[in-house]
Amino acid sequence: MKSLKDRLRLSTFAVLAAASLATFGFAADDAAAQERKSIKIGYAVSKTGANAGGAAMTTIPNYKLWLADVAANGGLELPDGTKLPVEVIEYDDRSSAEEVVRAVERLAGQDQVDFILPPWGTGFNLAVAPLFDRYGYPQLAVSSVTDKAPEFVKRWPKSYWFLGGGRDYAGALAKMVDSQTEAGVINSKVAMISVADGFGIDLVNAARPAFKEAGIEVVMDRTYPVGTQDFTTLLKEAAASGADTFVAFSYPPDTFALTQQSQVQAFNPKVLYLGVGAGFPTYGRNLGPKAEGIMTLGGIDIKNERNMAYRERHKALNGEYPDLWGSVITYASLQMLQESIKRVGLDREAVAKELSTGTFDTVLGETKLENNQLRQLWLLGQWQNGNLVGVEPADRPGASKPVLPKKPWQ
Amino acid sequence: MTLITALIAGLVLGGTYALAAMGLTLQYGIARIMNLAYGDMIITAAFAAFVLQGAASINPIFGLLIAVPGGFLLGYAVYTVILAPLVARAPNRGVLEVDSILTTFGLLFVVQGILLVIFGSNYTSYTFLNEPVNVLGATIAANRLIALVLALGLGITLYLLLTRTRWGTALRAVAVSPQSAQLVGIDINRAAAFAFALGGGLAASAGVVISMYQTFTATGGVVFTMKALIVVIMGGVGNLVGALAAGLILGVVETLVATYADPGLTLAATYAIFLVVLLWRPQGLFGRAVR
Repeated sequence: MKSLKDRLRLSTFAVLAAASLATFGFAADDAAAQERKSIKIGYAVSKTGANAGGAAMTTIPNYKLWLADVAANGGLELPDGTKLPVEVIEYDDRSSAEEVVRAVERLAGQDQVDFILPPWGTGFNLAVAPLFDRYGYPQLAVSSVTDKAPEFVKRWPKSYWFLGGGRDYAGALAKMVDSQTEAGVINSKVAMISVADGFGIDLVNAARPAFKEAGIEVVMDRTYPVGTQDFTTLLKEAAASGADTFVAFSYPPDTFALTQQSQVQAFNPKVLYLGVGAGFPTYGRNLGPKAEGIMTLGGIDIKNERNMAYRERHKALNGEYPDLWGSVITYASLQMLQESIKRVGLDREAVAKELSTGTFDTVLGETKLENNQLRQLWLLGQWQNGNLVGVEPADRPGASKPVLPKKPWQ
Repeated sequence: MTLITALIAGLVLGGTYALAAMGLTLQYGIARIMNLAYGDMIITAAFAAFVLQGAASINPIFGLLIAVPGGFLLGYAVYTVILAPLVARAPNRGVLEVDSILTTFGLLFVVQGILLVIFGSNYTSYTFLNEPVNVLGATIAANRLIALVLALGLGITLYLLLTRTRWGTALRAVAVSPQSAQLVGIDINRAAAFAFALGGGLAASAGVVISMYQTFTATGGVVFTMKALIVVIMGGVGNLVGALAAGLILGVVETLVATYADPGLTLAATYAIFLVVLLWRPQGLFGRAVR
């Protein structure tokens, strides 16, 4: 219902914009521009259903922001300097894998859009990857954490993977624990829990060998089912395990619950690492100074002025700051698409080549893909002075030093 | 010591389940409406508490004073506007059950859609009374303890009202035999509307309490409906004490399994005891064999 309305509104807007452009541009005898009145961009995301929470955090607000920025800029610029307004076609995949496949098929076949933006989530990006490939659309698979990106790039040469893999994040975590152990800040024992679903399984499977390799002893390794809201027993066990580091590969509701219950139980590990959700703006706001020292995936470089400016624009448009992991990368990926179109036009083959080989100026700074993957990532972040700052890779410019041990809850 | 801690934590968890299920058992037992939109009523109340807390800075405990009557009125309105025509039309209980399931299934999406438009699909949470309370050596969050106290308080009060008052006797008569209740001069439509509204009020109280410590989304109602259904069926349909007991049992079993076996088995344990109860007493723990 809403998506249809959005679509109608956006297309009306696009038609009006195109009409005004046509009136003004009539004198100019540019045949090509008269043929084409707009650029069609389509996407299917989870506006309802189980994935809606994630999509509403990382994907949809950034699509909105980018489209608004493009409209404010007068449209997407082409190599000859003309600007065409964007016509948006949006579908709700209702968090169903069949639905997202159907919607992408429709976008490519029936709506014949010029570009398709990716859905939210690893599973959904994998579900639609063969379609993007078959129809020849570049796929900017941002919100997908996968270790198999190098294989996927071989199978689908126009696919781009922006968020790294479980091994990257687990490896960075193991590296941090190892170096803090060597510095004598913490002992080398880790207590670890994980949600028995996609993200948790992926990360814990990568973490086990990473810890082992670093000589870190995992003294507790438990999984819990999706939807668990009571972590009393798990936290008690972790507290009794003697580990200085507590790691939870958790989903947002679990992350929030774990944080609250750790406070109640006065559970104070020297390193507290939580999963998805610890980088949400609401998380920092709800906790306030209590967030200090908590670690999670992602983070940002607060000295990067362009990123900070992007955050303010995101808040102005969406009423909320972006999350501190995938959001800025989603926006940067769209800037890359925009810049590629400006450089090579609407030919999807040429755009794909440009995305693979070009260097782009984005909100992340200078951005370049390696073998179709973004490797300039913050793999570990820590809340410091009200910001989730990037800690690992420690040698990356802009990295902050970890502040450990984490102070006990007040 | 571990056992006592686990038992108390389990009772607190079970209190939430019981609180969430008691309204559903009233709606199904007395009004004969299998309300699939029940979980969404809980979520609506959770958002109401969130708004009251955030925008009007009304503490959720006082929020209950607004949300519960609101839930009652909303339940009453839903019954009289949407469900009463079905009741009037249905020739027998079976038809009414099917009709009500289909109608409330639709209602679920309407409520969900409205919540999505207003609040979006984001995770919502706020912090309230996340303070440790010591109960017999076990550390419990105050906000969760409220759920248990409220469930016990509401459950016992309602039980006493249903068994000790004339009004309660009439409601129970409707639950047992609507036809005969009519013969002794009970207005069964009014009784059903009242029971459904009461269920709405209980759903609202559950929603407010749950919002104090749990993250929720506009689309998360189904989970509560499912849990509540299990508790209602386990406890015996229409039986308040049954719902209370079944909720507490579920909570304790889940916590014991998580403590002594593996946290990954809690879901399996829930369904296992559900099955055992159904095999042993198909009518539920406190249910009477009907027909």
